Amino acid sequence: MVEIVIFSTLNGLVTGLLLFMLASGLTLIFSMMGILNFAHASFYMLGAYFAYSVSLFLGFWPGLIVAPLLVGVLGALVERYGLRYVHKSGHVAELVFTFGLAFFIEELVQFAWGKETKNYQQPEILDFPLFTLFGQNFPAYKGFMIFISIAIFIGLYQVITRTRIGLIIQAAISHPNAVSSLGHNVPLIFMGAFGVGTALAGVAGVIAGPVLTTFPGMALVLGSIVFVIVVVGGLGSLTGALIASLLIGLLQSYAIALEFAVNDLLALFDISFDADHFLNDLWTLSLPQIAPVLPYLLLVLILIFRPTGLLGKRET
Amino acid sequence: MVHWMNRMLEVTDLHAYYGKSHILQGVSFVVGNGEIVSLLGRNGVGRSTTIKAIMGEVPPVGSIVFKGEQIAGKRQHEIAWRGLGYVPENREIFPTLTVQQNLLLGRKSTRREGRWTIDDMYEIFPNLRERANVLGSALSGGEQQMLTMCRTLIGDPDLIMIDEPTEGLAPKLVAQVGELLQEITDRGVSILLIEQKLAIALKISQRVYVMGHGRMVYEGTPDELMQNQQVRSEWLEVTSGAEDP
Repeated sequence: MVEIVIFSTLNGLVTGLLLFMLASGLTLIFSMMGILNFAHASFYMLGAYFAYSVSLFLGFWPGLIVAPLLVGVLGALVERYGLRYVHKSGHVAELVFTFGLAFFIEELVQFAWGKETKNYQQPEILDFPLFTLFGQNFPAYKGFMIFISIAIFIGLYQVITRTRIGLIIQAAISHPNAVSSLGHNVPLIFMGAFGVGTALAGVAGVIAGPVLTTFPGMALVLGSIVFVIVVVGGLGSLTGALIASLLIGLLQSYAIALEFAVNDLLALFDISFDADHFLNDLWTLSLPQIAPVLPYLLLVLILIFRPTGLLGKRET
Repeated sequence: MVHWMNRMLEVTDLHAYYGKSHILQGVSFVVGNGEIVSLLGRNGVGRSTTIKAIMGEVPPVGSIVFKGEQIAGKRQHEIAWRGLGYVPENREIFPTLTVQQNLLLGRKSTRREGRWTIDDMYEIFPNLRERANVLGSALSGGEQQMLTMCRTLIGDPDLIMIDEPTEGLAPKLVAQVGELLQEITDRGVSILLIEQKLAIALKISQRVYVMGHGRMVYEGTPDELMQNQQVRSEWLEVTSGAEDP
């Protein structure tokens, strides 16, 4: 049992922090501009593909630097030459724009790299067990993922709370006009924040690509969960996004590890059914089987009982 | 009349719209170097919109020349960089930042020293020094007003436009704000003031404009306005306002 707890917690932490890297960018963009960027996970996918291409020539490490930069620049350009114009037509137009952009990027990825899964590998230098507990190895690469995610969170937090540009961003979230009238270029700041947000998604793509496989559907896999996190954490709340990311990461990894079925629960109350019972499929449904549904179940519960999310201030 | 050489701000035939509503219908006025000019008028005549249009917050149609340069159509931060400061009526302090951080954001650049430092502001309003590390959202209305004015001054404007600085303030604070306005002009900064308390506006202004129905209906000195019973009764609620402390 201790073994399950330790490894599920570590795996949950890896997934949760990875999700946070995506969710933090999304929530930053939403806080500043009120834009729910449906294409956010597509930038994550682009991060993985760019890094894969760079790794073919230069190896993994240059990709870790170059790919997020490329994704960030691309994100900034999308804001500058796309969203900024669409913004004038209201939030519905923005939603449709980002929705279309997500499809466009997916098609672009298939066109450029093909439909098959890419052989994007973690670096050899990290291909060893970080430690072995109860006969199970914990890969060094997962330790690296935790390290990068925490480093980025600390870095982002320091920038937002300690630097002048961070203070300007905080102020521009609630009072863009007042910030402009003090002489700060708010549209440029928004473009920068959008670029940083998408670059963070790019970093997540670079480090998740080798583990979660690099294929054209990878944006779709994580995209919907990231939205669940932003809603559960509370729209616009960075701390809420962190809590929700870890919650969902842990929830999923524990659900996968615990081999409980409905049968086991019913057995506690001395209820049992024959194997040929017509609802047998339901009684034998196990936690690992329903693990992918759990985040959405949590979403529904949050929407019913706490529509503002865990730490959000506005109705979702 | 302000000599053309001394004109800090010259607004000519300014129009502004909210949707289909034609709010400013040809506003023209001048603010000279180092002058305090008040825009007077009843609520809803377009005084705040005039300032917002000058600042670029509301799209302006017409001519706005500041320090000899046309600024109509320029973006807000570009206008601020040219030396125009704006203190909005609703104060707009940054609630998640401390008093000190609010003031720091007033500086346009860390490389540009202005006429005012944060310490100057703390000298004038010691309350702010005591609350330097308190969040903006925790300040009283009066403290928020002081903070917004100080924040704008730290940006070193040549002309500061202030919308209703004494609204909702206790009499002691009203007096302090009056002293600050005097101090601002002593340091060579021009002021365009919107003020509901007529007594203050008339006491500190060199010239006044009265607005009505989206345009200027009167221009003169405070003394001339006090003697013009017809303008006061038609365009201003003088009886109660003039007796304000």
